[in-house]
Amino acid sequence: MTGTAVLPRPVARCRGRDASALALLGLALMAVVVAAIGTGAIMLAPGRVLAALGAGLGLPVVVDARDLAVVLVLRVPRTLMATLVGAVLGVAGAVMQGLFRNPLADPGLLGVSAGGAVGAVATIVLGATILPPPLRPYTTTLAAFAGALAVTAMVRRIATVEGRVLIATMLLAGIVFNALAGAVTSAFVFAADDLQLRDIMFWTMGSCAGASWPRLALVAASAMPLALAGPWLARALNALILGEREAITLGIAIERTKRLAVVLVALAVGAAVAATGTIGFVGIVAPHLVRLVRGADHAWVLPAAGLTGAALLVAADAAARTVLAPAELPIGLVTALIGGPFFLALLMRQRLQVDGR
Amino acid sequence: MIEARDLLVRRRGRTILDVPAVTLRGGALFGLVGPNGAGKSTLVRVLSGELVPDRGRVLYDDIPVGRIPSAALARRRAVLPQSTSLGFPLDAEAVVRLGRIPHAGYCPRSDNDRAVALAMVEAGVDPLAARIVQTLSGGEAQRVQLARVLAQLHGVRVAETALFLDEPTSSLDLAHAHAILRVAAARARDGGVVVAVLHDLAAAARWCDRVAVMEEGRIVAEGAPEAVLDEATVSRVWGVPVRRMRVDGARAMAFLPL
Repeated sequence: MTGTAVLPRPVARCRGRDASALALLGLALMAVVVAAIGTGAIMLAPGRVLAALGAGLGLPVVVDARDLAVVLVLRVPRTLMATLVGAVLGVAGAVMQGLFRNPLADPGLLGVSAGGAVGAVATIVLGATILPPPLRPYTTTLAAFAGALAVTAMVRRIATVEGRVLIATMLLAGIVFNALAGAVTSAFVFAADDLQLRDIMFWTMGSCAGASWPRLALVAASAMPLALAGPWLARALNALILGEREAITLGIAIERTKRLAVVLVALAVGAAVAATGTIGFVGIVAPHLVRLVRGADHAWVLPAAGLTGAALLVAADAAARTVLAPAELPIGLVTALIGGPFFLALLMRQRLQVDGR
Repeated sequence: MIEARDLLVRRRGRTILDVPAVTLRGGALFGLVGPNGAGKSTLVRVLSGELVPDRGRVLYDDIPVGRIPSAALARRRAVLPQSTSLGFPLDAEAVVRLGRIPHAGYCPRSDNDRAVALAMVEAGVDPLAARIVQTLSGGEAQRVQLARVLAQLHGVRVAETALFLDEPTSSLDLAHAHAILRVAAARARDGGVVVAVLHDLAAAARWCDRVAVMEEGRIVAEGAPEAVLDEATVSRVWGVPVRRMRVDGARAMAFLPL
């Protein structure tokens, strides 16, 4: 080999720069969270929010009792829910885009969220009695997971021919499944009584208002496997940038990667959908922003898309609560209003690549 | 050294590969030539361990290739395909760095940086390091991929490595094609196993030390290019009568269809 070659500039792409960029994003997320907790019918300055949070954590801080109630009872659970669900959607979007090798893949667009919503709505109307009693508190989550998994698997199966993902087919399959899921949901709406109808509206338009500690715990637990698999997934998805055959020759067990990624995403998104309904576009916007900043290396994209998705959804939730106060907008409406034009712009830039190859 | 015995691959009842024996040694660039559909790519996929044959075995230094863990295999065997379309925009250096994936956790980070830098110099793409690969010409992009597979094999003794190039030059101009084959030939001379599937017989004659001619899944001739690529063989296997032209005192030869 050319051992005598003179080395060019040292190629320093150290972990350290990724880590400090991620730390910066984390700080930004915290700032957004504090601001969002302070936002609402009763506005609180960041200092008072931090004081209440400190008191909540048991620190010896003097704090107004009303502040404490507003922050800890009303705002922290739903802001944490927006954080968690936003992170799940951001990471899930990045993983699906890596898996499909296309920046337009997204759990909402491909019908994964809608599939989850069908599962959730079905349990609202049909009741939880089909499951044995110990599992009943988790019925909605399990059904949402099953719906999300089924749609993901079907879209993948339909869009993959001889190891190649056909992008147009994939997006069309997503349209079909979204329409089918919409029809099934409509059927349930037709059969539902007034009380169930309110619940269904909530699933289909999305809201963080139903946040509670047990639900938070459930979403966090369902997202944990995806988070833990992150570093391993990042390596596999990086190899996949080159293509499936190339990933295999790089020693990646590609079929296992795909199966595992689909299951982990469906589990996390299913639980998120069960808790907050379908929320679109975060999964597309967050990874895309993150790639614009520091490139497509998944070791950066996955965690950064999680943090960015969380910040976006927390901000969207704060907007949903305040724009028409005291009425509350569905959060899915806010993300669609912001994300729709964004997606359109992305499509305009991408259209040659989508159909031109 | 890679030895294959009794290879047989059947698809839909048709035999697409039937190779009783082939041995690949370091020190010589091994060329695979033959018409489309002759089984060249299938043979490469079997030899590289990507495809498990219906019968037969492939041994890497006496170890069956299927017994080598996939990451360990990836550290000593790399495959350069005809073309690669990236799922996301990446700069050239990031693409080359992807070649280090099988080494994650097996060597210090500085080794990875060194492997990437050396591979880019060797493939002649170090000036392109910061360019987005999607904006490069086909030839430049393919040389970035060459750097990627060189980086993949860095850190293992050259004599223990195998590099497969599956039609690496099919859509490239003369300069890029020969730049890639020059690197492949140099690597072979350094003792590595290097196999190239080629359509350009002149390039095969110019760069390969040995060639095997494939036809309908079989190797029908094997040996030094000037011995194997005679007018009779080429005319018969490709079904096109040709006249062979030699350049005095050089390895180069050309085949003119009549």
